[in-house]
Amino acid sequence: MAEIVEIRWHGRGGQGAVTAAKVLADACLSGGRYVQAFPEYGPERAGAPLRAYNRISSKEIRMHCPVLRPKVVSVVDSTLLDSIDVSEGATGDAIFVVNTSSDAKEIREKIKAGPGQKVYTVDATRIALDCIKRAVPNLPILGALVRVTDLVSLEHLLEDIKKSFGKKFSQEIIDGNLEAAKRGYEEVKEG
Amino acid sequence: MPKIVAATGNEGVANALRQVTPDVCAAYPITPQTELMQRFSSFVSNGQVQTELVLVESEHSAMSACVGASAAGGRVATATSSQGLALMWEILYIASGLRLPIVMPVVNRSLSAPLNIHCDHSDAMGARDSGWIQIWSENAQEAYDNTIQAFRIAEHLDIRLPVMICYDGFIIGHSISRIEYLEDGEVQNFVGEFRQVNPLLDIEHPLSYGPLILPDYYMEYRKAQDEVASKVSKIVLDVADEFKKLSGRKYGLFETYRLDDADIGIVILNSAAGTTKDVIDEFRDRGIKAGLLKPRLYRPFPYVEMGEALKYLKAICVLDRSDAFGGSFGQMFLDISTSLYPYDKKPLLINKIYGLGGRDYLPEHAEHVLNELIEITRSGKVKAYKEYIGVRE
Repeated sequence: MAEIVEIRWHGRGGQGAVTAAKVLADACLSGGRYVQAFPEYGPERAGAPLRAYNRISSKEIRMHCPVLRPKVVSVVDSTLLDSIDVSEGATGDAIFVVNTSSDAKEIREKIKAGPGQKVYTVDATRIALDCIKRAVPNLPILGALVRVTDLVSLEHLLEDIKKSFGKKFSQEIIDGNLEAAKRGYEEVKEG
Repeated sequence: MPKIVAATGNEGVANALRQVTPDVCAAYPITPQTELMQRFSSFVSNGQVQTELVLVESEHSAMSACVGASAAGGRVATATSSQGLALMWEILYIASGLRLPIVMPVVNRSLSAPLNIHCDHSDAMGARDSGWIQIWSENAQEAYDNTIQAFRIAEHLDIRLPVMICYDGFIIGHSISRIEYLEDGEVQNFVGEFRQVNPLLDIEHPLSYGPLILPDYYMEYRKAQDEVASKVSKIVLDVADEFKKLSGRKYGLFETYRLDDADIGIVILNSAAGTTKDVIDEFRDRGIKAGLLKPRLYRPFPYVEMGEALKYLKAICVLDRSDAFGGSFGQMFLDISTSLYPYDKKPLLINKIYGLGGRDYLPEHAEHVLNELIEITRSGKVKAYKEYIGVRE
């Protein structure tokens, strides 16, 4: 793993992008790593575009500003691709993970990914509807992101989701979310 | 065994307060302090801390209740931000004048108008001469550590003064990062038991707090307060030494970063200091002797130590996240200027105002400032002593 991995999340209010960033930070604490997770705070409204960020590093993280040159870009809502340049500032070897039912190659063209950049897709909303009966795609896309970045193992992520959700939700909802993260991990495709 | 967590700065500070377990906490919610008090009140509701939480109707009342509880004999804490601190203004001076060791995290936020909930330092800077000790924190770990140390500093028998712990709203308060928690028992041993020197509730020894003092003695009282405040630096260092033995983490009056052999330097508070350190490393890699000084104890300001640390430099930029408007400068610029005034040979000084109302402070801003400092050392000339950066023209 590179010394520091910077991640940018693009989502809409209510899709759980901020929660996904938090769960990822918590899961990445293992092995003595340093982590950051923070959203861009604005007027919080369901459906409004938002960004959230992660930094994961083997060394102390001193930078306290938004991620400007992400190595990983996670697009939780593909309708944002029409209005936002999600590849802005992304590194030449950046990894994109997009929630969409469209073909990964199509998405690659749409965001004009460079030759060194990788584009992965997962139908996270479909998985969420199957597993938790709600269109909250955050955990399936987190599962996909963990697979393609190799930041933590799937087992570790699932343990952490159990821990994070355990206090607040019923067993049925926890099980649904665990299944959703696992399917995201398994069903991600490269374009 | 320390416990390592991923938590927000507010969560960390709420946990520090839980571990210390003040007798009384009187508070009123205000963004971005709200999360801190919401978490602390959950601890109270869940029986995880035996603190009497007094939910009042305003910050003026919060600080008034703290003054009463502290004079009565309790260990007391509260927390606020922005307008909340402004509304406490009148009672801040009463807390310090009565020598009440109240501990108050201040989650830094801009002041209205225009209304804005995001970070700058105008709130705490406005209270810098209220007789409170001010300790500033770069990140969540420092905010947590400083909150624990604040009780020992405030309650030290040589001073007994209230303490504010400042950290950046949202940027640190609401962001999740890695924090190392001490064990509850370690924190409780470190802060020890609190005994108020002259508790109002000691009815065997009745006494008065806050009587009228007319011109015949008022000034002697103030002089005594000035002398007491002059002892703060040493106590802050002593407490830091003891804290290092417990935690392994080192604190001083201020932090210097690659400053010893530096030609140019940046003086900057709180979270922006972290971002600046990364940029200083890049300049050092290019062979440029750049360094940084980050104040920690801001009040009482350690003028002599600060002057000694900075006098060797050729050019310094003081970055203020608050302004005094018009012909004046950012508050910290005035303090740094004063600390360098006694020296015949001293660095050229400039002032930049940045990050007001939550405007991002980016690496490029630090680069811009360092490049200007290089130019100043080359030409010996200063273009503008004060300038806003990261702003539309």
